[in-house]
Amino acid sequence: MNKKVDVHHVTRIEGHGNILVNVQSGVIEQVEWQVPEAPRFFEAMVRGRSWEDLQTIVSRICGICSISHSLACIKGIESAMRIPVSEQTDRLRLLAHYSEQVQSHVLHVGYLVAPDMLGAKSVIPLVQTHFDVVKTVIKLHRMANSWSDLLTGRTTHPITFKPGGFSKIPSETELRGLRVMLSEAVPDLTSLVDVLVSLADLLPAFERETEYVALVQPDRYTFYEGSIGSTDMAEATPLTEFESVVNEYVSTQSTAKWARWHRDSYAVGALARYNLNSAYLKPLAKDIARTFDLETRRHNPYFNTLAQVVECAHIVESALELIDELLAAGLRQEIPQVEPQAGEGVGCVEAPRGILFHRYVFDEQGRCTSANMSIPTNQNHGNIQRDMEALLPQIVDRSEEEIRLWLEMLVRAYDPCISCSTHYLHVKFV
Amino acid sequence: MNKPKVAIFDFAGCEGCQLQIVNMEEEILDLISIVRLVEWREGMSEQSEEYDVAIVEGSITRPQDEEKLRQIRGRAKILVALGACATDGGVNKMKNRFDLQEVKQVVYGADSALPHLDSAPTKAVDEVVPVDYKIYGCPIDRREFAYVVRSLVMGKRPEIPNYPVCVECKRKENVCRYEYQEICLGPITRAGCDARCPSFGTWCFGCRGSVDESNVQAAREVMERYGKNVEDLEDRMLLFSNK
Ligand code: SF4
Ligand code: SF4
Ligand code: SF4
Ligand SMILES: [Fe+2]
Repeated sequence: MNKKVDVHHVTRIEGHGNILVNVQSGVIEQVEWQVPEAPRFFEAMVRGRSWEDLQTIVSRICGICSISHSLACIKGIESAMRIPVSEQTDRLRLLAHYSEQVQSHVLHVGYLVAPDMLGAKSVIPLVQTHFDVVKTVIKLHRMANSWSDLLTGRTTHPITFKPGGFSKIPSETELRGLRVMLSEAVPDLTSLVDVLVSLADLLPAFERETEYVALVQPDRYTFYEGSIGSTDMAEATPLTEFESVVNEYVSTQSTAKWARWHRDSYAVGALARYNLNSAYLKPLAKDIARTFDLETRRHNPYFNTLAQVVECAHIVESALELIDELLAAGLRQEIPQVEPQAGEGVGCVEAPRGILFHRYVFDEQGRCTSANMSIPTNQNHGNIQRDMEALLPQIVDRSEEEIRLWLEMLVRAYDPCISCSTHYLHVKFV
Repeated sequence: MNKPKVAIFDFAGCEGCQLQIVNMEEEILDLISIVRLVEWREGMSEQSEEYDVAIVEGSITRPQDEEKLRQIRGRAKILVALGACATDGGVNKMKNRFDLQEVKQVVYGADSALPHLDSAPTKAVDEVVPVDYKIYGCPIDRREFAYVVRSLVMGKRPEIPNYPVCVECKRKENVCRYEYQEICLGPITRAGCDARCPSFGTWCFGCRGSVDESNVQAAREVMERYGKNVEDLEDRMLLFSNK
């Protein structure tokens, strides 16, 4: 039976993400994912700034992914100016980078998605009904925050990262302390998994296979280095060719740019990384993936959230090994040595919500003359739109409330930066 | 005593300051026990809401955002600017050094004329409406945030340092960055971060903004002592101290 959904939400478009649905007598006239966030023009603003100040500036693109933006920037500078870095620097950076993944994933799973999942059963605030879950989430989040504090000097907008190395590194004693903290996080993670596994079946059973894009490396589940992998390609693409991967275009639905590669759209993020790299997950992470039955749900965008939980376990396991390697090698205070020079370079890492690219050009003084950045959330916008177009016909007979919830949950599953996922989300029925 | 109603809004920024509020973890539950959080970004229908305290993150970059900010100001008894984007315009103000059309061209190319990509020169919140209190920093310090909120609830004026970062830095016995031939903005920047950047081995880039009566002469003397020139200082000031 057809149903007419014609409710006008009074809320104005003032946030960063809107969902617009127009169903007339059961016929879908319009379903649109809109991004009206105020543009900030970083690529234009950094022109003229010194290589020494660049990381400080571009870190401010995003408070949640500031470590990833900083690393992409510094790698871009290092590649442009051919600055070597030590093995110790790479290890410490990776350790810091891991902390951001956990920070961001726990925030997303615990604070943003869990309410949706638990809300399906109850409307009472989580602190009242699921205090234990909230406690575990807070503990994990605080752990990840102090992990970032130790490596980067603060939780958001890293201070210690410099082209060529670090301005300050932790002591061996502090690393040992971190090791203890990380091993204590393992039981918290597994108890979170226990809660989530019972809820996983409540997630919509929606499948839409798409192209998945992520960093790949021959022998590992990588976040920090590698080349560009795609589920539509046998061969990996060099980082320097990223513009031919993202093919950014301006959509009238959005102040953020959209992307497409082999198909109409592609997906980046935890599920994309899982689809490309799951063979290299650490044992506990593999177990958790099996518990969630992730393999059979790897084309279900709602399961991006659970792929993030799998990644948290993988990262904690990997970080423990990394700390052992660092301690075995012994820490040295190294002073970054840089001679600024002209050049062009690309830096790329996996941000928590997907692959992130920066490109910079410098003059002889090391001043930036041009910059280009491709941000994961933007790479996902097109795919969110296509998912909505595929999902809505399947659920159009449901109540307005349910349609709203499913579409909101879909957007949240992609974990667009907090602005989109938490509060600036309106479903508007016209 | 009635709990003051608090609402949090955001404009152009990275949301790192709001993240610091989330990062308070358990402590936020304490704060929520002394205030009533009535809106945190579109949580509720804004037309019907009233609030005593509006906390605003981000800078103002579009005419429609100015309009919304005026509305917020009209409803709030106290307005607090949260973080460098709101207090001073933050890094967003670097945009103002360029021709706006050209900036849009660089980012959006031929599509830059589309109406939804509109942007105006960046303004700090107090360039649009009066601001009662400012919480400085990029990002803000969560302890300072808690302190300001508690002070407001008690009806007291929070005391924010109005002396330079150097004071805190010397207290911590850091080696001065000028000894390493670096340009540090500590002499002209407002303290309150416990000289965080020099304590982590690098220069202050001025994220807490200038002290009210910034002693440029003292800064000049430091520069001269280390054979640096004021242009270097001004170059770094372009990050967080644009007009
Ligand atoms: S002041 Fe800094 S941390 Fe806060 S919103 Fe602005 S850019 Fe982000
Ligand atoms: S100039 Fe910078 S490093 Fe030197 S004392 Fe002042 S704040 Fe510290
Ligand atoms: S030292 Fe300067 S840049 Fe660093 S946090 Fe303090 S005021 Fe901000
Ligand atoms: Fe982000």
